[in-house]
Amino acid sequence: MNYFIQQLINGLTLGSIYGLIAIGYTMVYGIIGMINFAHGDVFMVGAFVSLITVIVFGITGTTSIALGIGALILVAAISMIIAGIYGWTIERLAYRPLRGSFRLAPLITAIGVSIFLQNFVQATQGARVKPLNAIISGGFTILEGNDFVVRITYMQILIVVLTFLLMSGFTYLISKTPLGRAQRACEQDMKMAMLLGIDVNTTISTTFVIGAALAAVAGLMYLLYYGVIDFYIGFSAGIKAFTAAVLGGVGSLPGAMLGGLVIGLIEVFFAAYFSSEYKDVAAFSMLIVVLIFMPQGLLGRPEIEKV
Amino acid sequence: MSLHDQTSPSLLPMIKRSVIATIIAFFLFLPTLGLKTTASGGVDGLFLTYRWLLLGIGCGFIFVIRMAYELFWAPKDGDQKPAKTQSALAKTLGSAKIAKSVGPLLLAFAIVFPFLPFSDRYILDLGILIITYVMLGWGLQIVVGLAGLLDLGYVAFYAVGAYSYALLSIHFGFGFWMCLPLAGLLAATWGIVLGFPVLRLRGDYLAIVTLAFGEIIRVILLNWRGFTGGSNGLSSIPRPSFFGLPFNQEPGGFAATFGLEYSSMQRIVFLYFLILALAVFTFFVTARLRRLPIGRAWEALREDEIACRSLGINTVNTKLSAFAIGAMFGGFAGSFFAAKQAFVSPESFNFMESATILAIVVLGGMSSQLGVVFSAIAMVGGVELLRQLQFLKVIFGNDFDPSQLRLLLFGLAMVLMMLWRPRGLVSTRMPTVFLKDKKTVSAAMISQGRG
Amino acid sequence: MSQPLLTVNNLTMRFGGLTAVDSVTFDVYRNHITAVIGPNGAGKTTAFNCITGFYKPTDGQIVLRHKDDKEFKLEEMEDFRISQHAKVARTFQNIRLFGGMTVLENLMIAQHNHLMKASAYTIGGIFNTPSYQRAQEAAKKKALSWMDRVGITDRADDPAAALPYGAQRKLEIARAMCTDPVLLCLDEPAAGLNPKESEELNALLRSIRDHDDVGILLIEHDMSVVMEISDHIIVLDYGRKISDGTATEVRNDPAVIKAYLGVVEE
Repeated sequence: MNYFIQQLINGLTLGSIYGLIAIGYTMVYGIIGMINFAHGDVFMVGAFVSLITVIVFGITGTTSIALGIGALILVAAISMIIAGIYGWTIERLAYRPLRGSFRLAPLITAIGVSIFLQNFVQATQGARVKPLNAIISGGFTILEGNDFVVRITYMQILIVVLTFLLMSGFTYLISKTPLGRAQRACEQDMKMAMLLGIDVNTTISTTFVIGAALAAVAGLMYLLYYGVIDFYIGFSAGIKAFTAAVLGGVGSLPGAMLGGLVIGLIEVFFAAYFSSEYKDVAAFSMLIVVLIFMPQGLLGRPEIEKV
Repeated sequence: MSLHDQTSPSLLPMIKRSVIATIIAFFLFLPTLGLKTTASGGVDGLFLTYRWLLLGIGCGFIFVIRMAYELFWAPKDGDQKPAKTQSALAKTLGSAKIAKSVGPLLLAFAIVFPFLPFSDRYILDLGILIITYVMLGWGLQIVVGLAGLLDLGYVAFYAVGAYSYALLSIHFGFGFWMCLPLAGLLAATWGIVLGFPVLRLRGDYLAIVTLAFGEIIRVILLNWRGFTGGSNGLSSIPRPSFFGLPFNQEPGGFAATFGLEYSSMQRIVFLYFLILALAVFTFFVTARLRRLPIGRAWEALREDEIACRSLGINTVNTKLSAFAIGAMFGGFAGSFFAAKQAFVSPESFNFMESATILAIVVLGGMSSQLGVVFSAIAMVGGVELLRQLQFLKVIFGNDFDPSQLRLLLFGLAMVLMMLWRPRGLVSTRMPTVFLKDKKTVSAAMISQGRG
Repeated sequence: MSQPLLTVNNLTMRFGGLTAVDSVTFDVYRNHITAVIGPNGAGKTTAFNCITGFYKPTDGQIVLRHKDDKEFKLEEMEDFRISQHAKVARTFQNIRLFGGMTVLENLMIAQHNHLMKASAYTIGGIFNTPSYQRAQEAAKKKALSWMDRVGITDRADDPAAALPYGAQRKLEIARAMCTDPVLLCLDEPAAGLNPKESEELNALLRSIRDHDDVGILLIEHDMSVVMEISDHIIVLDYGRKISDGTATEVRNDPAVIKAYLGVVEE
């Protein structure tokens, strides 16, 4: 039982990270109907920018708490901004010229951007994994059984709380602000939105920037949680986050979060109870099963076929 | 309209835009190019190296590129938007008559290729690689180009073919010609097994599920050590022989039987002709299929699935047949790959492969077989050309590995080529049947499919 | 009158809380043109989609009878099987042609099931067997005869999307007829046609009715078309059948007048 609770905590933590990345996929898919294949690599770039900023600031586990928190917020802000610029640039250069063109073209450019980013980071930062000593360590022991101690680390609390805060913030943004309204209008009918005076280009750019910024936060959390990153983390995290977005129902923000949590939990539990080698198979099989029986995802709107 | 009036007054805004681009590039490059984390080797983890020179070079590079773009390529305000005309290449390949003569010419060149003076082992290996990709491209073209189903996991069938050959020949001692149809059959079966549950899905979901499927296959190959050898792969796969004559120095070998002097090149040439034969076979079968009711139904499916159903076409079976036949050719190619390498490992079947094959199809043009040939040459041959990047060591230092830059440029080229020709090199399609004369159908008419 | 070709009994279709078609009952006869009319949102297209299998009706029976007295329960059949076995063909309100394929190709695809068999499910086709060649030629001939009848033969090798609107409508009908239907369902065939094209359409539909041994069921907005060519008219309003009879009967039915003109309220 204790073991189960421990895995639940670990799964929720991982799921939060996936969920944050998934938001970027789901928003972009919702608004322009394309799989932004490079999004996972923006997450990776975000993790690298975070790593570099952490080192520039010289933050270590021994930095005093107040200073450390302040510095980490600054790190998050910087990597959000830089990743945002990456997101903006990618959209501007690789996707916008192809908007309204052949449907598969932006998918191929997205794959091209993904390959480019991976190899760009590999070429500039080296292929070796980057370890980072734990900055936020320690935690609570919440349950003490005879055989197994359930611990929740400060880092895990931070991840889940931060994810929750960001999620609430963005749900508010999408449902209540003019930007959110513009986004939803573009989602429904881009031409009509344009006719009504909505700046479609800016709206789409903003969507990419927001998605990239959230992915950067996810990258920072990944870095702090696992303490090791490399140029290849974007690929598998990206696929799983996209899986999460589809699982939750593409276009739905709470769906992306829920999907992320489900994928995180499946991965952790499968690794804990069955086999860690096949945990990816479990996550992807889950995706296939859900799509067959619930093609619109967990929280997506069902689509009625128009004849 | 003289060029002179156009350029001189707008030079300032051009510079302004270029400077903005450079500033953006500065932020993009600052943490990646400008700062490098290096493991110190000690317990303390990482330390930073500052590379201001490199950052400067990068930003300057962007400024020059942007300026060049402004000066030479950007659409000028005063200009009429040039009507989108087809490039000469596309026109040539798109026209029925010329396509008919380009094909045989290419084939003739492919046949004499191994005997040309410059064809050493390296060049021949490259030729084999390109033809393998052409064959894979033709196989995937059925699924993506004709039926309009986006398959991001095509490499899974390539893998099934390769492992089928490896396992059948290692455990049962089956020969190549025995394994080839079996591998194709197994891959086709997998195509159906995968296709059956997922083909009811809408387009992009299908894409992600096929991607997931490709990954599942790879993870299984990686971890089912008892069966597939895990990450070590399967080695010492029997090499194919020339109608029972092995390529070795033994008395019963190929060279001895034909009274030739033994050379390791004989096997390479044989492999070259083997894949060429397989590719030609693929070409004729796929070209024929396209003209049959099944092929027309695939294209109709891409154009309008609902209309297909209203005409009594069983869309599920039609999609499955596209998946299965596409997979079968992937299986054939995989079988050849295993035979050529005498070694298979999961590393060869990652997502990059699927992406490359898909890019070859999309860049080639969705329904032009010749387009696939040219895009395979461009993509695979181009990447090989990028291997000759040793001079960059001068800039980046000696510990720099140009092969990383190779893939980086590959990704960049993928983006640029799609921006240049979003619908591929040959975007028109040839009617499969005609009454009086065969006219090409222009790209604007052709639907893109929802898959 | 002889046995009806199609019997629709108590057809009901609900989407969530909305009842689009509410226990509608009517018959369609061979060699008759039956029109379903009604104001916007009356449930015409929904009823149509139920008959052709694109929607599964919530309730009711739809029975189609062939000449050999074979009966098909359409509400239980998958859409493509309705076309394949029960021989019901249809067109769409917003034309659905295979735009990137030529006119001839469009008409060949309509003969898919027949040609698939002739090609021995592709295996014989690959080797181009004589029997397949014959079937292919016959299919081309049939396509040609339909192109002649609707008058688009000179555009045979042009992509369908390049045809003018009126010709596209005709092509869609020709394509439906190439499936050898016993029941032809047309969803607003005259929509968007100019008076001359509309006239040609009437002539075409009459000729199909008189010479091809099919029943025609059509949805139409354009009253002039309906009144002129229909043998039998069914009027729907808010999903219910409010009138049923010949053109004159329907025209004088107070319920119909009320539905179309509304209660004087302004």
